[in-house]
Amino acid sequence: MNSKLRIIYNGIVTDNPTFVLLLGMCPTLGTTSSAINGMSMGLATMGVLICSNMAISAIKNFVPAKVRIPAYIVVIATFVTMLQMLMQAYLPSLYETLGIFIPLIVVNCILLGRAEAFASKHSVLDSGLDGIGIGLGFTIALTLLGAIRELIGTGRIFDTIIFPETFGSLVFVLAPGAFIALGFMIAIFNYFKNR
Amino acid sequence: MLTYLSIIITAIFVNNIVFAQFLGICPFIGVSKKLSSAYGMGAAVTFVMVLATCVTWLLQHEVLNPLGLGFMQTIVFILVIAALVQMLEIILKKIAPALYQALGVFLPLITTNCAVLGVAILVVQKNYNLGESLTYAVATAVGFTMALAMFAGIREQLSLVDIPKPMRGVPIALICAGLLAMAFMGFSGIKIG
Repeated sequence: MNSKLRIIYNGIVTDNPTFVLLLGMCPTLGTTSSAINGMSMGLATMGVLICSNMAISAIKNFVPAKVRIPAYIVVIATFVTMLQMLMQAYLPSLYETLGIFIPLIVVNCILLGRAEAFASKHSVLDSGLDGIGIGLGFTIALTLLGAIRELIGTGRIFDTIIFPETFGSLVFVLAPGAFIALGFMIAIFNYFKNR
Repeated sequence: MLTYLSIIITAIFVNNIVFAQFLGICPFIGVSKKLSSAYGMGAAVTFVMVLATCVTWLLQHEVLNPLGLGFMQTIVFILVIAALVQMLEIILKKIAPALYQALGVFLPLITTNCAVLGVAILVVQKNYNLGESLTYAVATAVGFTMALAMFAGIREQLSLVDIPKPMRGVPIALICAGLLAMAFMGFSGIKIG
């Protein structure tokens, strides 16, 4: 496998932010009440991550090492504000649903973590690819968790009815279901990883 | 008076920051292995959360709103919190070394604690006045500390139990947190005033 594809593959599987690195737990639990919400949150984070990774990689030689963390935070916060304004303008209902978790992308440990661990050491192109890989890994994890919670809770996936709602257990759409579903998913991931 | 009581009960029990609002999960999972570190983290969060809410509320209502710069909220708030944590670390080191010893390791972690930024943004969204905001911040921090302490107690017991290998560590912790969240759902529906 060539090195560019390897970066994306690492982001999705070996360094999966949700199942392996256990980063960004708040949006993972808070926005996955349905598959579509989870996917939107994943894509929003991925957009910010790609932009911030590339920008940070581009400025890495000008920023003194001592003030790099505040500088990274400002870069990330700028892109989050842009995303906030774009979503308010074009996707107001989705902005309403995801609510507080959109501005909170700023404090998502995935973004600062990748800036420090990857973007500050690699080229702009590689950092962008890492953003795509990690972003995809995050989006896949959130969509999967959202789909499982939606299926067990209401009997649907992406609003397509799989079984009647009466057989669903509503607790999986509510707060406790998020913790329990994610706990079992990480356990299953561990099981296959260690085999 | 009833408004304040309602804010306190809601923030601690009904809308607990960890179990109902999913904020501050990282420290909740990361620092809850021992009861003593759970109290330390809780105290540090309380300190920063109240201070940060006070400063950001004033900034929002005295600077950003009159100048029409509401869209700068996210950037300004995160910078204020980061600066505040840094300052607090320096000041504590100088004037209260004992307290610094106790809270020191937790302080840098708090900058990226989404609960602090979350509360700062939530009180603006909820249109609270300064008194209500501070009450909300204190109550939320108490709720966070309580959740952390309860969970640390459970995890200390969990470490003695024979758990299937893939479930050890974070997975079983998350499942226990789910059961706790279920218990907290019993509080929903409580209304005061």
